Amino acid sequence: MDVLWEAPDPLSVREVSSQLTDRDLAHTTVMTVLDRLAKKGFARRERNGRAWHYRAAESREAYVTELMLSALDQTGDRQAALAKFARSVSGTEAQALLRALGTLGEAHRG
Amino acid sequence: MSAADFILAAVAIGCIPAASALAAASWPRRSPVAAILLWQALGLSWGLAAVGALIGFAVTSNGAAVGTGTLERLTSLVTANHQVAAIGLTRLVCLAAGILLLAVLCWILVAATASVLRARQRQRELLSLLAHDDPKVPGALVVDHPAAAAYCLPGLRPEIVISAGVLDLLDADELAAVLAHERAHLRERHDLVLLPFLALLRAFSWAAITTQAYRAVGLLLEMHADDRVLRQLPARELATALLRVGAAGGGGVPAGALAVAGAPTECEVAARVIRLLRPPPGLNGVATILVLAVSATLVVLPAALLVLPLH
Repeated sequence: MDVLWEAPDPLSVREVSSQLTDRDLAHTTVMTVLDRLAKKGFARRERNGRAWHYRAAESREAYVTELMLSALDQTGDRQAALAKFARSVSGTEAQALLRALGTLGEAHRG
Repeated sequence: MSAADFILAAVAIGCIPAASALAAASWPRRSPVAAILLWQALGLSWGLAAVGALIGFAVTSNGAAVGTGTLERLTSLVTANHQVAAIGLTRLVCLAAGILLLAVLCWILVAATASVLRARQRQRELLSLLAHDDPKVPGALVVDHPAAAAYCLPGLRPEIVISAGVLDLLDADELAAVLAHERAHLRERHDLVLLPFLALLRAFSWAAITTQAYRAVGLLLEMHADDRVLRQLPARELATALLRVGAAGGGGVPAGALAVAGAPTECEVAARVIRLLRPPPGLNGVATILVLAVSATLVVLPAALLVLPLH
């Protein structure tokens, strides 16, 4: 997927394979992975002559944003799907409590 | 109306003010586990009693238990059409309402489960493309984004997800506290506890009590996970981690998304921090047994009335 994100134009399976030089992957393996990405909607493919050409459906940033939005969303379903560590607290309130923690820590040490 | 019906109706109606009182009470944060049990008992009791009272009113005139009585009545309705006249319109409406309520309660649980599983599946797909490991947070996935988010994906293949924003924000001890908190959620499957309350909230969002119940149980689960962290780590790191992540949590989110859960959630992080710094005394033995006994009665009473005949 990283290869697709970095490429300005749609790539054929062979072109993707050639960019994955660090990993020795069979042509069919790359083809399967790209096909699966296309089925899940992460990649779009178009016929160019006899070969399929693949490109990323959305930019990497768009997917990161989607991931983070659903993680930070504090409403209903998503919140239940993902158990969040801390929901938001207002800046001033947090500052006040952090200050209180600071003085408490000093008192313990002193 | 039989005595059993009367009791079932009283339990179903009584559960609602009882839930309001529980949401407003301060003792639950002294013993989150007992309080969560009581919440579950209240929810289950309400469902059993409400369905039982409606169906029971329609069928218990023949002196049978609600459960078996319904079966008999339904069989006779199906086998002989003239029985419809005998049962009377009011009873027929109650019977229909009871069966409908039972179906709705089952359906909303299935629908909420499906929707939660879908959201998690999408998260897993996105994470498999975007996330990477980081030595600072062993066992967790890291997403490169400056906003602060730390959460877990419960399920058969549980994951803890930490944003790069959180890695920058917290020191090593605080990160350990975050991981321990999320692991407690995953280990004890807190998501399954919350699921029925989410289902009620989705289906009856017009009723304020469903929001109160969902929030209360969610907060109690957080507090319980905090307690688990305290078995291994000092409270201070968890408290500062909570405040730093909580204060930064709004970064990069459209105003509308946060506005939905404005003021009440602000208090939640503060309540957890205060509880960490000045831990309230746990409930004593007698009070705990009392809570457990009330919970057990709440479930057993309507269940027994559904099964046993009562004249």
